[in-house]
Order: sequence, then C-alpha cells, then structure tokens
Amino acid sequence: MGSAATGGQLDAPPDAPLVLVAKVKGALRLGAVDAHARALGIAPGQTLADARALHPDLVVADMDEDADRHWLRRLAEHCIAWSPRVTVIPPDGVTLDIAGSEHLFGGEAGLAAQAEETFAAIGMRVRMAAACTAQGAQALARHARLPVGDERQALRALPVQALGLDEEATLALRRAGLKTIGDLASRAAASIAARFGADAVTALRRLLGEEHAPIDPLAQPEPLHCERRFAEPVALQASIAACFVDLLREAARMLEQRGLGGRRFVLTLFRSDGARHRLAIETGLPTRDPAPVLRLFDERIGALADPLDPGFGYDRITLFLPVTEPLAASQPALDGGEQEAGALADLIDRLSTRLGPGTLCRLVPQDSHIPEQAQLALPAIHARAPVHWPTPPAGEPPLRPLFLFDPPQPVEVIAEVPDGPPHRFRWRRKLHEVRLYEGPERIAAEWWRRKGGEDPGKGGLTRDYYRIEDVRGRRYWIFRHGLYDEKPDPKWYLHGLFA
Amino acid sequence: MRIVPALMRSCAVSVESSRQALGPASLGIASLDAALGGGLAQGRVHEVYAAESDDAASAAGFAAGVAVCLGTADPGRSVLWLRDQRAARVGGVMQAPGWAELGGAPGRGLVGVMPDAMALLRAAVDALRCAALGAVIVECWGAMRELDLTASRRLALAAEKSGVPLLLLRPDAAPVPSAAQTRWQVAAAPSCTLPGNAPGMPTFDVTLLRQRSGPCGISWRLEWDRDRRLFRDAALSGAVVSPAAHRPAADTGRDGERRDRRAA
Repeated sequence: MGSAATGGQLDAPPDAPLVLVAKVKGALRLGAVDAHARALGIAPGQTLADARALHPDLVVADMDEDADRHWLRRLAEHCIAWSPRVTVIPPDGVTLDIAGSEHLFGGEAGLAAQAEETFAAIGMRVRMAAACTAQGAQALARHARLPVGDERQALRALPVQALGLDEEATLALRRAGLKTIGDLASRAAASIAARFGADAVTALRRLLGEEHAPIDPLAQPEPLHCERRFAEPVALQASIAACFVDLLREAARMLEQRGLGGRRFVLTLFRSDGARHRLAIETGLPTRDPAPVLRLFDERIGALADPLDPGFGYDRITLFLPVTEPLAASQPALDGGEQEAGALADLIDRLSTRLGPGTLCRLVPQDSHIPEQAQLALPAIHARAPVHWPTPPAGEPPLRPLFLFDPPQPVEVIAEVPDGPPHRFRWRRKLHEVRLYEGPERIAAEWWRRKGGEDPGKGGLTRDYYRIEDVRGRRYWIFRHGLYDEKPDPKWYLHGLFA
Repeated sequence: MRIVPALMRSCAVSVESSRQALGPASLGIASLDAALGGGLAQGRVHEVYAAESDDAASAAGFAAGVAVCLGTADPGRSVLWLRDQRAARVGGVMQAPGWAELGGAPGRGLVGVMPDAMALLRAAVDALRCAALGAVIVECWGAMRELDLTASRRLALAAEKSGVPLLLLRPDAAPVPSAAQTRWQVAAAPSCTLPGNAPGMPTFDVTLLRQRSGPCGISWRLEWDRDRRLFRDAALSGAVVSPAAHRPAADTGRDGERRDRRAA
C-alpha cells in the first residue's frame, strides 16, 4: 500500500496573487501560481505577459528550483516519522510506504490526519491519497477528487494524464478518444502497446496495481550502535574493560567514516540474570577519541552511589551514541594550541561527569541592572568560552564587589542624617566604624515587572548603595532598602564584599 | 568495579605539558620580587591566609591579583576558581563583574562550587594536571582536615608537573605544615583616599610568612593597580593618583563627579 502527498506553494500574502516565473525557451513562463492567481484564471505554463494582461497587479518572483528540491527533501525526511520507507517524487511529491506502520497512528485515516496537521502547522497545504501502489497513490493525489471513496473506481475515473506519459503520447491517447484510465484499461494491452508504446502499458499496469514497482527510499543514517554478545557471561573486570575499549574503537571508526563526533555516549550492561545497568556520559565538545571517553566512564562509574555488581557476569554489552555533531579531522597546531583546548574541554567534561553538570560554571552576563541578577552561572559543559564581559574603565577603583551575598545580610546602621551614609554599622556581631564612603549609587527596582508599577511609589523599593571602607580598611557594599519617602523606617543590608 | 587504569594507560594519549617553562612572574615591586628571588614561581603552590576571617575578601582579592600577574606571560589562558559550598554560603557568591574589576578575565574563567572538601581537593588535583589552565585558585574555608601534608604534597607535585600555579586560599584557618612554596598572610589595609573621601584601590597588608629556601617574615603594604596589572607600593601610590586640585570639568571624569556629589 502506498500513500502520496503533493506539497502546494507556501501561502502568499493575502492581498495579491503570487506567481513564480522561470525562463522557458527564452520566454518568461509561469512555473507555479497561488490560489488567488488560480481563481483569476491564471495557470502555470502561461507566459508572464499573458498573465499580466489578465491581472496587472501580480506579485512575481523567480522560481528557485534548488530551494524547492531542498525543501521537498526536508519534508520527506520529516515523513520518516510515519514510515521508514519514504521517497521523493520531484518536483512536489513524496511517497510513503505505510504498509505495516499505519496502525501505529490509528490506521490510514489517523496517519493522514496527523500528517495534515503537521504540515498545516508549517503553512503547507497537502493533497493526500492512499492506494495499493506508489504510482496509484501519486496519481490519485494529483488528479483525483479528494477524498477518494472507492480506490478502484477512483483510479479508473482518472484522466489519462495520470499515467505520467510525455505530452505527445497523452495527446495521442486523447485524440483516440481514450479520456480516462478506465477507457484505456478496457482495451487489450497488445493494441495499446502497438499504438502508444510499451511504456503506456507498463504505466497502466503499475497504476492499477497489476505490476509491482518498488520505491527507492531515502537513505537513513544508521543509528550509531555497537554491541558485543558473549556465549558465556563475563564477570572479569579486565575482560569487561577490554570489551568496552573494543566497542569504543568500533564506534570511533563509525564516527570517523561519517565525519562525526559523539556528544553523548550510553553504555548498557546486560547482566545474565536480566538486570541492566545503564551509564551515560556527555562531553562538551564532540569527540571520537576513545581515551577521554573511557576516562569519563571511569569517573561516572566511580561516582555511582551503588557500585556496579557484575554478579554472575554480563552476557551483552552495548554502546549507543544518541547525540552526535559534525567533527572534522583536526590538525594540532605547531605550538600545541589545539591540544590545549582539548585538554581544557577534557577537564570540564571530567569534573562535570563526576560531580554533575552544574558544578563547574561559566559566568555569563545578563542584561539587568539589579546586581544579583547581573550574571548567570551556566554549566561549563554547555557554555563555550569566551564570554564577553565589559572591561572596567581605567583609573577607577572596583565599583562592583567580588563576592555578593544572596540574600543580602541585614546590618544595624547608625547614620548621621536619616537619608545620609552610614556612620557605623554592626555586621556579624562586630561594630565597624566607617572611614570612607562613596555614594549613594541609586538602583531602582524593576517597576515594569510589577502590576501597576508605573504609578509612583508602587514599582518596588529603591536601593541606595554605598561603597564603604571601615577604619580597618575592609571594603563593603551596603544599601538602604527604600527611600525615606517610600518607607518610614528603611532597613539596611550588607550586599557585597570588595577586595 | 572500575574500568581500569591499566587499560586506560595503554590507550590513553598522554597530553604532555606543552607549556614552556615560564619564568617567575613579577608582582611589580622590586623589593618583593627580590625577596622571592625574581618573582613568584609558576608551577608551585602558594598559600594565602587571611589575617582574620573578616579579611577573607581581601585575601581573595590579593589572590585574584596574583593570578593576573602569573598570567601576564600568557594571557590567553583560563583561570579556574574552585570553592566549596561553605565558601559560597559564608563568603558570598563569586561575581564576574567584581572579578573583571580586579583585572581578571571572567569570560574565559571557570568557577566550580564543589559539594565537599574531598571533591574540592580531587578537582584541584585534576585541574592542576591540565596544562591548559593559566592558574588555579582554590578556596579552602575552615580548618579542613582533608588538606593534610599528603594532600598538600600531591597538589604540589601536580602543579610542578604541569607548570600551572596553584593559589590556595585559606580565609578562615591557622597555618599548618604544607608543601607550599610560599605562604602569605593578607589583611585589608586602609586605601589611599580618592577625591570626595571615596575608598580607593584595593590595598593589602601582606606578610610573607614562609618561603622554601628564601627569606621570609617580611611585610609590605600593597595596592593593586588593575590598569598596569601589577601591585605597587601603597606608600608611594598617593602621589601617583592624586589629581590636581582644580581641573577643568571636562576631564575630571568620575573624580569631579565625586566632588560634586559630595558637595551636593
């Protein structure tokens, strides 16, 4: 059984008819038209001049056949979700062999509904039909009135163009009074062959399902999966390790052939009593070198709360690479630069594997003036260096602290004047006399995050920050949470420590 | 069960240290460099103790400055800053803007917050074996029993082999025997006042408590100069930065702003 879909053009802007033109024998002819243009009587094959005479306001664009082909191929690759056997029928068709896979989607109708929904979501209109043969499905999708009721009758009612013969043969068939497939099928095959060529008979037989024509499915990348099975369970540590090295080498060969590197490796150990141990590691950069992967697995095993117990032995070990990335062969730089970048990535992978990906972080700037939200710590395994941090202006002392308390720590402050800088403060039960200060640096709340924050006094409390040095020379960042006209008795907090 | 070292060794490509032996790094003050025999050595462990626990941030600032000095010879390298969860709780969360204001490169740097002391030391040894790093800063808060002479020796050997310097920050601990090359004690010092009575550049009272085969027990008052990426003598710095009393408003920059703000 086959099912076919023909992709329409993307929806044009709603106000004007859109046509695509291509140069055919020196004249600009319409290659494709949209629904609006079709409604105006403009059809593919007309010259652009004729079409313009019918409707001067056409939106005209050049046809880009390469892009069409590329797009059709992508659609076809997407169709692999419904069937492993998909083939592209240029210029605008895709055939799926859904025999044996349609029940997974609720039968033919369910599959068609799902496909229609998927393509509608990306703005594609599709015509779909199912038939016993790929050719029949294509012909129905292109020429029949949809939806198709009885397949046999619908096929017989198709016009002879559905055979897909060349112009001349189609015209000859029509001149002979053979307008539909049914007309043609009622004649003897020998006489058709004699008059219209053997191709016409073959096409007819394929259309009616009397002759089988296999489809040529898209090649799919084979999943990267290797395994070893043992006749006797293996429990010896050295044997398991040797087998694992072997698997990694095999995976490395497969990756090298495809120009890929693995980002995620999953090792599954099948114990002879049915238990299964699954270990997964992730690398920051794609790799196919067995040594670092082996080290990472060693870390992973070392970090297990419950150590691996081979029991009576493993009878099967598999390695699966679900995530890969392109990786070209690299040449080490003369000064060893390449190798060093690799060494650092290796370190990041190792620490992240041992302690969890969030342990080792890269600090990334955030677009916020609120100090505690100015940076984000991203797992180093995912965030690649270097991240750009602005260079501070020359000649200035540090204006932002090296360490920040989150949440800020409350302090008791004595100020000379109510809205002035602190005179002395008590933090962690110690009294600090203020010697120098700079401020206030006023940092307003993010009023736009609050409902009604645009009204005065409702956007949240303003913070007045002071850079302070006490008599011992320790430097602090202290703020008063709220202005005196915002709050009757604003509290003071110590937010950060300067070097 | 471990998948094991013997086999690993057989198939591992050993990443040889391609780091050229870098000479000692100057900290910017002649007497200090002379006491250290030309500068602070690369590929060694340097301990930085805070004089009191309140000086923790100053000790960290000094270490950040020293890491910048050590990285001057090869500025493209990353600095790895390792801490444990206690450090993040007691000492505050590491801030990239503040690190950048001390001359560090947080964009290339890495910050690791380890669950416990054991993981911290293990990560430190692993990091020291990676010759691609410019320096490793490890914050060890509290007495930390795990950091004994053996652990310290292990760190020193790893640092020596790869040539990566380790700055071991001990903000809240009393000195214990160790395999470090130098041991410093850092306290905050009053900074050179900027116009408008504003706090100035980070200033430290630094004592060289101990040095392997070298003089020790000497103190300096240092001021960190981010723009030159070196320390300078705090006693001399006043003359260097103090601006003329009446400068045109156009180029007073922040100093003028400071005065204005204070006047208002």
